[in-house]
Amino acid sequence: MLKTLTKIFKVGIVTEPLFSDKTSTEFEKTGSICKKLIATKFSGSFAIRQIDAGSCNGCELEIHALNNPFYSIERFGIHFVASPRHADLLLVTGPVSRHMQAALITAYEATPNPKLVIAVGDCGACGGEFGCSYASCGAVSNVIPVNGIISGCPPTPTELLRGIINILTKK
Amino acid sequence: MLLLTQITVLITIFAGIIALLLQHWHRLAKFFSFALLGLSSCLTIFIGSKTLITQQNITWQIVTAFPGLNWQFTLDPLAAFFLAIVGLIVLAITFYGPAYLRGYEKKRSITNMLLCTALFVAAMYLVLLASNVFSFLFAWELMSLSSYFLVIYLHENSVNRKAAFVYLLMAHASGLFILASFGILAKFSTNLDFISIHLAHLPTLWAHCAFILALIGFGMKAGIIPLHVWLPRAHPVAPSHISALMSGVMLKIAIYGLLRFVFSLLGTLYWQWGVTILIIGTVSALLGVLYALMQHDLKKLLAYHSIENIGIIFIGIGLAIIFMSTNHPVLAALGLVAALYHCLNHALFKSLLFLGAGVIQHQIHEQDLEKMGGLIHKMPHTALFFLIGCISISALPPFNGFVSEWLTYQTTLQAPMLSSGILRTLLPISAALLALTSALAATCFVKAYGAIFLGRPKTRQVRHAKDPTFSMVAAMGFLSLMCLVFGIFPVFTINLINSIPQQLLGTGLITTKNWLWLMPLTGNTTTYAPLLLCFGVLTIGGVVFWLVSCRPSNYAKKIKDAGYIPWGCGFGKIGATTQYTASAFAMPIRRVFKGVWAVTETLTKDNGNFEYNLITEDWSWRYFYEKLEKYLTFIARKIAYIQGGNVRIYLAYMFFTLLLLLWLVI
Amino acid sequence: MVGYMIWVFALLQTILFVAAAPLLSGLVKWLKCRLQNRRGSSILQPYRSLKKLFKKETIVANNASFIFHFTPYLIFTITILISATIPLIIANSPFTYIADIIVLIGLFALARFFLALSGLDIGTAFGGMGSSREMMLSSLAEPALLLAFFTLAMNAESTNLSTIIQHFITTKHLLFSPSLIFTALGFVIIAVAETGRIPIDNPDTHLELTMIHEAMILEYSGHHLALIEWASQIKFMIYCVLFVDLFFPFGLATSLTLNVIGISCLALLAKLFFLSFTLSIAEINLAKIRLFRAPYLLSFAFLLCLLGVLNHIILEVR
Repeated sequence: MLKTLTKIFKVGIVTEPLFSDKTSTEFEKTGSICKKLIATKFSGSFAIRQIDAGSCNGCELEIHALNNPFYSIERFGIHFVASPRHADLLLVTGPVSRHMQAALITAYEATPNPKLVIAVGDCGACGGEFGCSYASCGAVSNVIPVNGIISGCPPTPTELLRGIINILTKK
Repeated sequence: MLLLTQITVLITIFAGIIALLLQHWHRLAKFFSFALLGLSSCLTIFIGSKTLITQQNITWQIVTAFPGLNWQFTLDPLAAFFLAIVGLIVLAITFYGPAYLRGYEKKRSITNMLLCTALFVAAMYLVLLASNVFSFLFAWELMSLSSYFLVIYLHENSVNRKAAFVYLLMAHASGLFILASFGILAKFSTNLDFISIHLAHLPTLWAHCAFILALIGFGMKAGIIPLHVWLPRAHPVAPSHISALMSGVMLKIAIYGLLRFVFSLLGTLYWQWGVTILIIGTVSALLGVLYALMQHDLKKLLAYHSIENIGIIFIGIGLAIIFMSTNHPVLAALGLVAALYHCLNHALFKSLLFLGAGVIQHQIHEQDLEKMGGLIHKMPHTALFFLIGCISISALPPFNGFVSEWLTYQTTLQAPMLSSGILRTLLPISAALLALTSALAATCFVKAYGAIFLGRPKTRQVRHAKDPTFSMVAAMGFLSLMCLVFGIFPVFTINLINSIPQQLLGTGLITTKNWLWLMPLTGNTTTYAPLLLCFGVLTIGGVVFWLVSCRPSNYAKKIKDAGYIPWGCGFGKIGATTQYTASAFAMPIRRVFKGVWAVTETLTKDNGNFEYNLITEDWSWRYFYEKLEKYLTFIARKIAYIQGGNVRIYLAYMFFTLLLLLWLVI
Repeated sequence: MVGYMIWVFALLQTILFVAAAPLLSGLVKWLKCRLQNRRGSSILQPYRSLKKLFKKETIVANNASFIFHFTPYLIFTITILISATIPLIIANSPFTYIADIIVLIGLFALARFFLALSGLDIGTAFGGMGSSREMMLSSLAEPALLLAFFTLAMNAESTNLSTIIQHFITTKHLLFSPSLIFTALGFVIIAVAETGRIPIDNPDTHLELTMIHEAMILEYSGHHLALIEWASQIKFMIYCVLFVDLFFPFGLATSLTLNVIGISCLALLAKLFFLSFTLSIAEINLAKIRLFRAPYLLSFAFLLCLLGVLNHIILEVR
């Protein structure tokens, strides 16, 4: 345990790196706008439920990166939840495979209002390289009503955050 | 009062006779029989409470022609308390019985049932009132016999016959043990009535023998482990209101017998007796609830819970004996009051649960927990009263189960007053095991309630279930109300019960005269005010509900439940098979307490289909009773060689016996 | 006059308890984030979550019964009642005479009973799983908790919480007796089990198969969820304050003068901060243990509490 503790105190807070990097300050700026929007529209707390509707997990890794010490999305009041009943935003990745179509619709109906849906990645936005076929439904908007899309394959965490801001400002 | 008691017993017997007289007119027979039973139960409640308040002691005798075989009856506070319990339960049965028996009327005759029910209740009154060895044993045997005929009412099924046979066997074995213990007492006393037995002095060894025989006898009837095997066989088999009577009341008669024997008849108490009863009580409570957790037959589950609650009562009695024998009469009074309060509570909530089980069986003809589900939407009133029964039996405030457990804990907390280190260690350990027991009981009832009422229906029969007639619901409602009342007004009840330790131990509890705060021991700041707690819950709950549900907001105006399906993680159609079954709910407990049951778990595969079988049984039947039965059959077969079948051999036996006796006498 | 004042104080204490509970949870989360080398949400974040949840729509499934509707209010009410009986700032609260520590165990059991029933109500697999696991772990924790309370009650010769705390304030040397040290260690393990922290249950998990407490509330939304979350935050604060009050009661106000109460508030803040810090360090160092290893941990807690009781009975009672 002592090794862990010494490591923690040696490394310090990595969220705001000491050297100024273009991406990090941009993330900070985007983040503070997000925080203000969440404070007005959702009383300062924003719950995201991430749904994998047949993706290759590339987008998942980027979404997962939002939670690491470098990006640390929690400081903006955003957190991930385990059930769509607790969620404000559904972050759907992947071209919706036929197997996940019913599950996605169920999850959408299970989310209480006010709710938002964002389709992440090229697959979620327009079907990506899989498109609309016997195996996948294509864009997420073919299955459930979508409030916004974040394109990219995969989109970086900054782009994810910017996408969320866009949805909040639009609403 | 004397006349009233005699009239009550006579009315009860007459209720049976009238069933015989009006054999051919079922409805009339049912109506009059139950009406007379109801009248007698009301009178009993009145007599019981009046005697407890006035603390009087009445004795009367019926002289018969046989010398030494007079009938003698005494009405004292101990008997009065148990009479009141019997009366309360019989009153509930009076409302429940007629509608319940309607289901049996068409296929079989109910005369036998009505006659035996009346005789059973009359026999229980007589056991409580008896103050003479002869009347006690006569009433005891009458009680066993009449309940046997009630248990075997549905005799077409061979399982029922076997279960009733085991019950009869053990009831008679218990009667024999009690007879033997009374025999020892009779040897040292001048007369056979309880007062002279109390005044007699027994040498230590004989006192221990008498105690052990009485413990086995009364314990077998009460259902302590390992003498409990008849309970889970007989209760599921009997009609539900009889199971309620047997479980709620008859087991208490056995407790009454033990109390009368130990405190009234045996003059001096030994701490070893207290320790034995305490250990037996703790083991019965813990094993009872663990066996109950694995059952999926509702009535068998309730039967095992009866074993658990009898264990809790035994803990209270054991504590009372320990404290009394080490010269702490006030603490002994506390233990005794805890045990007696639990008797009352158990009678109420166990009967409530059995009546609920009867309603469920009536409606869907199923007893298996795995075949029910979702009944709360079909029978909401039954579900509400069954819930109150479940909360009471899990010893949760503010209902009555909690008060008796609280009193038991307070008694065990006085352990530092004892001087012996062993006793001081034993009491907190048994309190901890009692806490484990009540937590496991809560688990078991979450499982049972969830499997029966919540979730989705697992079989088609559930579709046709509905709330039963008003009288059955009223009976359950009455018992639930009693559960709540005895939970919120404990001081009132304890003041009533207080006359019993006064009579048996010479001192009662010195409670404060305040009706709101339960403070069992003066000089101690321990208090519990359940009425204020209840009031607090209702007030704060009301305020919270008003604040939360009635404020303006865009989306959260009203709860919309228009066709929302449950969130089951997005799986396909959510049906009855995706929910947790009762066995699955109890699986973690089964893994944690592995050695307690004899578990047989098999997984077989036959052309692609898997079949999983899980059988849990208790050790005592397989390893004790079946071996005992084999051994006894072996001996009996060897002795059977005497039966030659030839008349000449029997004449030879008679000749040689006569010679032997002549030689002995001359 | 004093009698009147003390009731007012007790009421204010309860309101403070209920209002400050999310703050404690926020503090623990903030400390954990800092120890994970990142800047996390602010300490006031739980308040914002609750405010948002109260404004959201509440969805109830079509096969929910009255138990589902009833449970959040009941759990919240019971938790508030329990918090009313815990001396937070004043050592001698009159509400402790309504419910002593055994009633406290009973009230927690009642809240858990209804939460487990509501988990089974909807008829989904995860609700049942959560209920089953929660009931199993709490059954094993309850005897240990009772034994811990017994040691304290036997020391103070009463089960009333105010009496126990005042007894330990006046006889300070007892706090270093072996029975209390064992009891304190056992109590820590039980508190971790009952409030669902690591190593028994991870409060931040998203994997249903690893959930114990969360699985029962997967179906709740809107103001129901807000009430249940608040109730679990109050429960966490109850266990923290109980630990701090029973084993380190230095500084609790025994009279109603202003400076004594001020010292009590400062002492409470310091103690709770220190406890949160220790808890955060423990949480980042340990991992959640397998479900069927938890009974071993709880048996260990039982053993510690049993040692505490035996120590008290054999060594300390003349």
